[in-house]
Amino acid sequence: MPPKRLDPREFLTTTRLVVVAGKGGVGKTTVTAVLARAAFDAGLRVLAVDLDGKTQLADLVGDLPHLSLTAPDALAEYLETHGMKRVAKRLATSGIIDVVSTAAPGIDDIVVLGKLKQLERSGEHDLVVVDGPAAGHAITFLLAARGLLDTVRGGPIRTQALDVLEMLGDPARCQVVLVTLPETTPVNELVETAYALEERVGVQLGPLVVNGVDDGGDLAIEQTTDPALAAAAEFRNARRQLHRREVERLTDLLALPQWHLPQVVTAGLTADDVARLATGLIT
Amino acid sequence: MSGLAVALDGAEVVVCCGSGGVGKTTTAAVLGIELARTGRRVVVVTIDPAKRLADALGLPDGLGNEPVRLDVDPGPAGTGQLWAMMLDTAATFDGLVRANAPSAEQAERILTNRFYHNIAGALSGTQEYMAAERLHALHDDGRFDVVVVDTPPTRNALDFLEAPGTLARFLDHPLFKLLMMPTRRGLKVLNVAAQPVLRTIGKVVGGDVLADAIAFFQAFDGMETGFRDRADDVMTLLRSDATRYVLVAAPRRDTIDEARYFAGRLRDAGLAVSALVVNRSTPTFGTPRAARPSARARGATRLVALWDNHDELVATAAAEHEQLTTLADDVAPAPVCWVPMLHGDVHDLDGLDEIRHLLFEPGDDTAGGLFGREHPTG
Repeated sequence: MPPKRLDPREFLTTTRLVVVAGKGGVGKTTVTAVLARAAFDAGLRVLAVDLDGKTQLADLVGDLPHLSLTAPDALAEYLETHGMKRVAKRLATSGIIDVVSTAAPGIDDIVVLGKLKQLERSGEHDLVVVDGPAAGHAITFLLAARGLLDTVRGGPIRTQALDVLEMLGDPARCQVVLVTLPETTPVNELVETAYALEERVGVQLGPLVVNGVDDGGDLAIEQTTDPALAAAAEFRNARRQLHRREVERLTDLLALPQWHLPQVVTAGLTADDVARLATGLIT
Repeated sequence: MSGLAVALDGAEVVVCCGSGGVGKTTTAAVLGIELARTGRRVVVVTIDPAKRLADALGLPDGLGNEPVRLDVDPGPAGTGQLWAMMLDTAATFDGLVRANAPSAEQAERILTNRFYHNIAGALSGTQEYMAAERLHALHDDGRFDVVVVDTPPTRNALDFLEAPGTLARFLDHPLFKLLMMPTRRGLKVLNVAAQPVLRTIGKVVGGDVLADAIAFFQAFDGMETGFRDRADDVMTLLRSDATRYVLVAAPRRDTIDEARYFAGRLRDAGLAVSALVVNRSTPTFGTPRAARPSARARGATRLVALWDNHDELVATAAAEHEQLTTLADDVAPAPVCWVPMLHGDVHDLDGLDEIRHLLFEPGDDTAGGLFGREHPTG
């Protein structure tokens, strides 16, 4: 059993920005959509944000407010709002922005984080849920503010970095939700990421989401002598045992609350599936 | 020979591409093991910083920038070898700078520049370019017959296909040209203050950051040709018949979309996918001979549950095959190789060998009946 219970409704109202992170293929985008839908169902004004411009999150959240936020757009907006409207366009078209972001790595991450901070502060949303970068990059992404303080000694970008750090350090404003599958390698990587985020970024970790849990009981193989039925049941039981074992191992390794999303048997998830998962989460 | 074995026959370079989390690293390791079994000397290069390949290959200390030899089946002739290494982007880049700099002093000026460090570590595309660079060097290395590469899990994993290479493109950058423009006195003079764009950048990020960038471009002066020639050599290798592209996917819509994107990139570059590997597909186990009991029959609940499970797996497998149709058509006539989801997770050499068996000896029945053999397409 999970170490402690955490009511999803309660969690979704304790913080204003949730960054969802996890390694590729664990269903990060699905979990982002489910959290956004659950928050909406709980009566919150929610905004779902993706950071890569892919349409998948938009498809899964259906009619919920959604924003696609990319670094070049965020940088252009930043320059415009900081009195550099005239050069913003020229910088973008000449490609010099690439050079700037190379000269001060993390500058593109910081403008994205700065934009998220602005959304969090705007008062227009009770909760902003972000489909974060993949696990490895999640750490560098969230570390960008700290890293930039070493490189950039003054100016508006430094102020921005300080503001972002303040937000990341305040659990009432921002928390990270880590996602995994109930399998060996993803669980190991989640644990590594969790430690790195707590130690190096100092951000509060929310509940761990274990996605795709096949939580039925063992099938009674002895009920049949048919080889096809027996083999199918043997396979399913082995998968369920693996899932139970890995959930237990995760519980031993990290003392954080867990939410489990059931396995959805489909090759392509839809907004309807997401709505069902969200209902299951908050009831 | 299986379709995959045919696709790899005579290969000198094998590039595995696909999105994150589809088992690309595992597939690269499995191909390496199989090629070693056919008597070839193989090196597998991974870019995965999560050290999963090292774990899978039973190397607790991880992998470094130099190949290490592994203990695998050397094949009937006993000549096969398997080596593995993890790409260190920064170290590879350093080597390239040293090889191209006209003097040790100029190399040093670049290697100690802070802007260079940022490029070597973080510039998007650098990792892909260095992977291609390293691949070329390993291909020329007399110790190896075949190089298997596991590309990074990003959409720009195939950026190295775009001639003449990322760095060469970077050196074509307008800022570089602006800074390197000869003046009337024939000197390359930088007048930052005279450039409004540079002044603005300086205001945003600070003057010292910009000074680093300028110093870097100055130090690189004269080395562009060497870099471009090298990039052309790499391109020739990537386009040769001896280089094969293996696309890796899982039967989920998001990874299939990514695989189709990669297939399109290869097609645009005039290259063909040699094989498609579909990992973690739902297995099926043949048709039951018994008759399904009536749901209302007394005491049949647990037996009905077995039928429901069987039917659910069959329906899922069918949906997965349906999802894969378009991608399979995209890459035709490349063979589509299905690897069913295993009972457990793959994280050791035995697990890798189990997958190797499924991919290369599908007709052989010694796997112990762990998986179904009946796939609608094979």
